[in-house]
Amino acid sequence: MAIPTTHFVILAALLFAVGSGGVLLRRSGISILLGVELMLNAANLTFAAFARQHGQLDGQVFVFFVMAVAAAEVAVGLALLVAIYRKQQSIDVDRLNIMRW
Amino acid sequence: MELIVFYATAAIALVSALVAVSHRNPIVNVLALVVTFFCVAVCYALLGASFLAAAQILVYAGAILVLFLFVVMLLNAPEEQAAGEPRPVQGVAGFALTAVAAIGGVLLLAAVPSAEPASPPDGHVVALGRLLVGPYLFAFELISVLLLAALVGALVLVKRKH
Repeated sequence: MAIPTTHFVILAALLFAVGSGGVLLRRSGISILLGVELMLNAANLTFAAFARQHGQLDGQVFVFFVMAVAAAEVAVGLALLVAIYRKQQSIDVDRLNIMRW
Repeated sequence: MELIVFYATAAIALVSALVAVSHRNPIVNVLALVVTFFCVAVCYALLGASFLAAAQILVYAGAILVLFLFVVMLLNAPEEQAAGEPRPVQGVAGFALTAVAAIGGVLLLAAVPSAEPASPPDGHVVALGRLLVGPYLFAFELISVLLLAALVGALVLVKRKH
């Protein structure tokens, strides 16, 4: 018996909620990026689940694209964190106020 | 049988995701997220998306999280201070998001109670490849430009100025 699509969607919703909680509550820049990755994965899982639901592969193509964009985002985000750490010896986002007027 | 595998995988994924966002040590965060991503790969396999399962392990567990670990160790794993000021607004927002997700899930469950998934198209990887270089060719090529831009951007950002 196939697993119902709703199970996958609910799992993805819970993973997304956990990831967004990490983004909102953590102070370390690395942990925030990890939360973003978790949210992207939850969205991917929903794409794949509905691709099976509709019997089409377009959803899986989109998962592929999201993975590529996530890889690019992580590379640039971590480079930014390294640059910030070099500048002020900390990646605590509460202390990132150099753009505050 | 599949349901048991799914429930076990989902439980492991949720627990490791909670560890990944709540533990203070960033190395533990990253390693817990590896476990979550493996569980998501198992979910892809259960959905019949074998290529996605392989790509998930290769790209996420193999490349992205190694990059994370590398940066965590490069930055000497600065642990967060335990005692910062509390963040009531963010906490409430997080709980509200969770509630919205739960309500949405329940509504979905009510809306499509017995939606039987359509039979998956056969020849998965071949069909996926045909889609990628067929209708989605332009986006596929754009992705390569995006990756090149990210590569150059990351290099420029971390280059030391002399």
